[in-house]
Amino acid sequence: MRTISAAAITDAVAQLCIQANTHLPDDIVAALDRTRQEEPWPLAKETLGLLWDNLELAQSKDLPICQDTGMACVFVELGQEVHIDGPFEEAIHQGVRRGYGEGYLRKSIVGDPLRRVNTEDNTPAAITLRLVPGDSCRITVAPKGFGSENMSRLGMLKPADGVEGVKAFVVDTVRLAGSNPCPPIVLGIGIGGSFDKVAYLAKHALLRPIDQPNPDPFYAALEGELLEAVNALGVGPQGFGGKTTCLGLSIETAPTHVAGLPVAVNVSCHVTRRATAEL
Amino acid sequence: MQYKLTTPVTQADLAPLRAGDTVLLSGTVYTARDAAHKRMMERLDKGEPLPFPLEGAAVYYVGPTPERPGQVIGSAGPTTSGRMDAYSPRLLDLGLSIMIGKGARNQAVKDAVVRNGAVYLAALGGAGALMAESVKSLEIICWEDLGCEAVRKLEVENFPLTVILDPQGGDLYQSGPAAYLAQASR
Repeated sequence: MRTISAAAITDAVAQLCIQANTHLPDDIVAALDRTRQEEPWPLAKETLGLLWDNLELAQSKDLPICQDTGMACVFVELGQEVHIDGPFEEAIHQGVRRGYGEGYLRKSIVGDPLRRVNTEDNTPAAITLRLVPGDSCRITVAPKGFGSENMSRLGMLKPADGVEGVKAFVVDTVRLAGSNPCPPIVLGIGIGGSFDKVAYLAKHALLRPIDQPNPDPFYAALEGELLEAVNALGVGPQGFGGKTTCLGLSIETAPTHVAGLPVAVNVSCHVTRRATAEL
Repeated sequence: MQYKLTTPVTQADLAPLRAGDTVLLSGTVYTARDAAHKRMMERLDKGEPLPFPLEGAAVYYVGPTPERPGQVIGSAGPTTSGRMDAYSPRLLDLGLSIMIGKGARNQAVKDAVVRNGAVYLAALGGAGALMAESVKSLEIICWEDLGCEAVRKLEVENFPLTVILDPQGGDLYQSGPAAYLAQASR
């Protein structure tokens, strides 16, 4: 049994909130850099160039990359041999509170969905906990903006719809989203499981770097086909038209019921943020 | 084409603009998003004055991050404009000339843009640091309790924008992808 202090969890979460909102992951930066060079349509190329300038400005001026610094989605893989010496969830909320305050990040959370009063400190975090073997604690903070979150969709397809049904659902999602989610977008796609599980799969898929294909060659191929199909829509950067609609996408799957084929698409933007620490 | 405009604008200033043109906007821009729009409607319903004059004005749908000491404004990119669709036609009919945001608008907004000779311009979504560069001063003028949604008066210089909806009924979100696809299939 190893003890990890609640204070150490708070420190890590606070630091990750700031890091994620000011520094994009390497895979997203690489995809933006590649597409700004490869994009053939002039207005689209110019737009991607401006998004690149924004990244550089955010670094040099110490500003968040996007003003929607998001809902703090916190994923914890907790070793089952770990003991935490204080309240676990409160330690995470405290980290979000501190990170969003000290980092001059925007507070975007309302405490109730209908009465809508801002909590003023961006809490509570959306916490997902998974128990794993071992004695370490791996924390990922993935701040999620809602311009793209609002364009996400879930469908309970029929098994007969098959792979073509899944493809059509994903492409429709991107077409319906159009310019709203700040393209170029990133997609997390869940297939299988249950109504709630498939949404989790889609969200979790956004944690995988977009330059890492699904380990199953069948799904890696489907990722490639879907990326091509989505980029054939012509939506382009910011919806102004062009080749670069989607920077990358990841599929996660789970066993499902004989009667069902759940599909979920979690839409994210060119500011797809995640930062990880291991305690 | 690129146009340089200064607020307040007239219908004649906006008449030549076409979907796909770029605009460098200077002058005063007021910020308002969901909650502020809702309160503006309540004021209009009661016959009370709005927090700022609408005639020839520009409204920017934005909720910036808090500014650090010494900064004018934090990150300040646009929010999704479609959430303001329910309110915009009424404001356009009362004289609002420029809406700034990102994302598609509904038919009622498009009709009101044409009817009033107004425009809808896009700021760069997700490029909050870049958009902040053009903001020279900031003053909260109403509803401070709304936090990032409070109404702010910004002075901007050469704020870089793209024309989405023009007074002739043009829509870049339709024509832009269509033009790209026509060229790509050739």
